[in-house]
Amino acid sequence: MSVPVPQASLRRTPLYDLHRELGAKLIDFGGWEMPVQYAGILEEHRAVRERVGLFDVSHMGEFDVTGPGALACLQRLTPNDVGALADGRIHYSAFLTEKGTFVDDLLVYRRAADSYLLVVNAGNTPKDFAWATSHAGPGANFTDRSAETALIAVQGPKSAALMARLSAPDPSDLPYYGFRETTVAGAKTLVSRTGYTGEDGFEVYCRPEDAARLFRALLSEGKPDGVAPCGLGARDTLRLEAKMALYGNDIDETVTAYEADLGWIVKPKKGDFIGRDALVAQKQAGVPRKLVGFEMVDRGIGRHGYPAKTAAGPGIVTSGTHSPTLGKPIGLALLPAAASAVGTEFSVDIRGRDAAARVVATPFYKRSQKP
Amino acid sequence: MNPEDLRYADSHEWVRVEGDVGTIGITDHAQKQLGEIVYLELPEVGHMYDAGDEFGTVESVKAVSELFTPVSGEVVAVNKGAVGEPGIINDDPFGDGWLIKLKLSTDVEIGKLMSAEAYGEYVAAEEQEK
Repeated sequence: MSVPVPQASLRRTPLYDLHRELGAKLIDFGGWEMPVQYAGILEEHRAVRERVGLFDVSHMGEFDVTGPGALACLQRLTPNDVGALADGRIHYSAFLTEKGTFVDDLLVYRRAADSYLLVVNAGNTPKDFAWATSHAGPGANFTDRSAETALIAVQGPKSAALMARLSAPDPSDLPYYGFRETTVAGAKTLVSRTGYTGEDGFEVYCRPEDAARLFRALLSEGKPDGVAPCGLGARDTLRLEAKMALYGNDIDETVTAYEADLGWIVKPKKGDFIGRDALVAQKQAGVPRKLVGFEMVDRGIGRHGYPAKTAAGPGIVTSGTHSPTLGKPIGLALLPAAASAVGTEFSVDIRGRDAAARVVATPFYKRSQKP
Repeated sequence: MNPEDLRYADSHEWVRVEGDVGTIGITDHAQKQLGEIVYLELPEVGHMYDAGDEFGTVESVKAVSELFTPVSGEVVAVNKGAVGEPGIINDDPFGDGWLIKLKLSTDVEIGKLMSAEAYGEYVAAEEQEK
């Protein structure tokens, strides 16, 4: 048995000391020393599906984009239609290469026509900032707010009630993918109804110096709800059940938006954007491969990087885990388009053993009602 | 704590010797590091192993770890109960969560493994490095 040990010189969030106090197991996640679990991944997963869980996601990157050219700039830098976004609303989008593949996936928050917040993946923050500023046109100013922003995700069916008790004004009437500034437990925050778990929930942006107090207030106020601090382990099983892509696993600079089954964030009719020509051409020609959900037929877990064999040629597993909700192994794989239909059988090379798997409909888990 | 009657490997497996049969499992420290175990792959009875060989894998939600036998021998029993309910390894790593039994090829390898006390110090030293 080999046991991974975190390396020195990792970056830490403002909640690091609290994680230690709460007994978290810490790991190296993209250069950050982050909690992978506290009580256990299965228990934390259950807490979010049934009650409410708290996640420190302060490692995520935040950019402000402001100025009279901000809208035009984001229309060119991202594939989704920022012009269709109302003030106080958010959409999922991306930075794409000229090939239509992912520089990163991200959220765009629109404060006003000339003011936006972009939220990007932690490990990509420096790359994204360099990419965005090098492609920004006139009149758009990018500011990296990552170091001065902490982020706590409050996720689960009881998250709205918990947020309502601690916040003024109450954010529990926010629509899905809406946001507003509000005070939570005395701290000035921006709260959005977003998350990476497939459950109802909120993401609370605050100042680093307020983060620990806020996290403690949520833990204390949420006690009667059965609140649990949750690590990246549960975050991964939760997002995978909801079929939300993970950058570096399922999507990267080799996978196009259409291959990733994220065509819904690509709006060619809005006008030109980086990656548009390649994506329009790929849509006409048809995608060569597609990101699909699968279940194992044979025993075993098909994990990230394991080769897949289909009747139409090779593929690769991009994510795989044991699904706590379904109680069986699930995963995502990039398979040849001809082998990507639901019901298609293929095999996964699990450390030298060919194990049968089957393409299934996704998401693996869907919550019963949206806010 | 680590039972006194077992011998321990630096790869965090334990061996209990009864006559010429050695029972192998993973330590409490190992199961804690892994987290909740959801999948276990073990060999068939009859397999022959040399000390240090990989004999199976144990998977938590997050990670896969190889299992290494600290001693040589032929597999005479595998814990089917643990294969069906791998969580038993978390619950009782030194008891019902055992993995395989080997008919030992030699009795000299056991002496090279750590005592409970030495293993305890080894784990403490490993923790220090963090």
